[in-house]
Amino acid sequence: MAKIRYIQAVEAAMREEMDRDPNVFVMGLDVEAGMSGTTVGMVKDYGKKRVIDTPLSELGYTGLGVGAAMAGLRPIIENDINSLQYLTMEQLVNQAGKLRYMTGGQVNIPLTVRIVASGGGGGMAAQHSDSTYAQLIHMGMKVVVPATPYDAKGLIKQAIREDDPVVIYEPGACYGVRGEVPDEEYTIPLGEADIKHEGTDVTVVAVGHLVNEAVKVAKNLEKEGISVEVVDPRTLFPLDTDTILKSVEKTGHLVVVDDGYRFCSFASEVAAIVADEAFESLKAPIKRVTRPQVPVPYSKVIEMSVLPGKDQIQSTILSLIKQKQNG
Amino acid sequence: MTLSLEEKRNLLEGMLMIRRFDERAATLVDEGEVTGEVHQYIGQEAVAVGISSVIRKDDAITSNHRGHGHVLAKGGDVNLMMAELGGRTTGYCKGKGGSMHITSLDLGIYGTNGMVGQGVPIALGAAFANNFKGNDNVTITYFGEGASNEGAVHESMNMAAIWKLPLIFVCENNQYAVSFNAKDSTSVENIAERGKGYGIPSIVVDGMDVFAVREAAKEAVQRARNGEGPTLIECKTYRYFGHFAGEPHVLKKPYRTDEEIESHRQNDPIERLKRHLVEEGVDEVEFAEMEAKVHEIIEDGVVFMKESPRPTLEAALEDAYAVEHKTMPVKGWA
Ligand SMILES: Cc1ncc(C[n+]2csc(CCOP(=O)(O)OP(=O)(O)O)c2C)c(N)n1
Ligand SMILES: [Mg+2]
Repeated sequence: MAKIRYIQAVEAAMREEMDRDPNVFVMGLDVEAGMSGTTVGMVKDYGKKRVIDTPLSELGYTGLGVGAAMAGLRPIIENDINSLQYLTMEQLVNQAGKLRYMTGGQVNIPLTVRIVASGGGGGMAAQHSDSTYAQLIHMGMKVVVPATPYDAKGLIKQAIREDDPVVIYEPGACYGVRGEVPDEEYTIPLGEADIKHEGTDVTVVAVGHLVNEAVKVAKNLEKEGISVEVVDPRTLFPLDTDTILKSVEKTGHLVVVDDGYRFCSFASEVAAIVADEAFESLKAPIKRVTRPQVPVPYSKVIEMSVLPGKDQIQSTILSLIKQKQNG
Repeated sequence: MTLSLEEKRNLLEGMLMIRRFDERAATLVDEGEVTGEVHQYIGQEAVAVGISSVIRKDDAITSNHRGHGHVLAKGGDVNLMMAELGGRTTGYCKGKGGSMHITSLDLGIYGTNGMVGQGVPIALGAAFANNFKGNDNVTITYFGEGASNEGAVHESMNMAAIWKLPLIFVCENNQYAVSFNAKDSTSVENIAERGKGYGIPSIVVDGMDVFAVREAAKEAVQRARNGEGPTLIECKTYRYFGHFAGEPHVLKKPYRTDEEIESHRQNDPIERLKRHLVEEGVDEVEFAEMEAKVHEIIEDGVVFMKESPRPTLEAALEDAYAVEHKTMPVKGWA
């Protein structure tokens, strides 16, 4: 067991898979130089053949990934800004996401796309601050958002091995997080949630860096006698609904925490699933903690005010508990 | 160029097969057997046939919405194509793709594609993979002059050039993107200029002359196999019918004159090759036999399609994922 940072876990996952399978390569902007911090020194170890700087052609290199994957390679495409996804959408959702189906199951597309430093909070203003996963799960694409070094390593390795396209969001707020990672090799299957903090009063389903914030809140509230269960779905699609439903059946209260904008968000989907399938267990309305429907502003004070965080998670939990006590 | 008479006959038969296939496909739309749109390749046959005559089965192509000709020339099976058009389970894509999305990895057909210009970066990826594996396969990507205005095409040209990938850009300039004339949509007269802008050897050929296309392709294929990088071949060509078979029903006001269409028909690639073959001693009886053979294959294809089953309703929920997960109830979601 070693304690490593999230960013190191990401790199270790890629390196192990590149060692294991000569068809894996990584491609993106400034990957040779290692600008994202996740590919530093890789070109020295794997050569320019497998660590490839691309021109600024996001749609084109994503399409390259689709074609190369159809031809039997396992591309890892790195997008070093979350919103580059918008430029790639045609190849990502309309080609990679649909071609297996459209060809009657003839072609597998084992493409991995990594979104480096997703989310806001870095003073980069609206065009660099999105968490764009809701768009992809809406389209049925496999999406992974690891919160810890352990999850990042295991899930990225599995994503690279998966015979379908998988998009991984690595929240910028997670990159500095440290955590235990086993020395032995392991992978984590997609579609399995993890309970990050056990509790009995309220279920919090959180995504990415907000899992870590929710755990802090849970520890805080423990001192006040409030028992919070934090469920980390880890994979947004396929979604481990069983674990979420079981938790809600136990607690009767649900808060869903998601760094996306509210409408048609991941949080909305979880709320809908629970309302559909565990309505009788609910003792209070489901609450969502999301961004409001405005872009992310630049100035620090207002930037943080639109991004979901600890305070909002805590106050939302407390509002439910108060209802419970009053009721 | 020394082509045997047999090889020339094969070129003619290949072009005839495409023409008759697409004529029949249009009537199947009218009969209601084929839904959606069918984009006929008629007039452009020399391009696909000329290109395919110099590549191997293990070479790859990507194609576009007007793809029947590319698929047939690459060895596409008429029965499986007809079945796909008819939405039958026996089709290339089990009836899930239709006319615009025929794919056969076995034949190196990395897909026709409904989104204009988007097959090009996929071909770039196939070429990248061949380069990566170190084999000598080439990839052909077919696209229209309209598609040459898509960013994906430009991005792909640049990447193919900087990495010297074994990719051949075949631009079929039929002068129209739906109703929009290339003169008004495009900043240069020849799309080949765009290839040159990326440092790609680029040529313009008469796309109604199967020999000219073949010669250009031969050189490009050789360069690609030798690791000398991409080539752009712009084929000046013309489509005789509407953008899609049903166009006359929706467009009352024509965007081109009958005289214009007729002037291109004078240059018909099939008639030109026939005249050439007559000079070489082939007679009408042989042409008639060839027609009869093509007719039979196509009609057999139609029968095959009509006798094939349509997909079961369950099939609608299958094939989206290679790996399904217990937490992914794809089947059963309504
Ligand atoms: C990205 C995209 N834009 C628009 C369309 C609608 N569309 C289909 S074919 C076509 C024209 C394409 O022209 P060109 O590339 O010259 O090919 P041609 O039809 O002439 O063979 C258009 C606009 C589409 N399918 N995809
Ligand atoms: Mg055109």
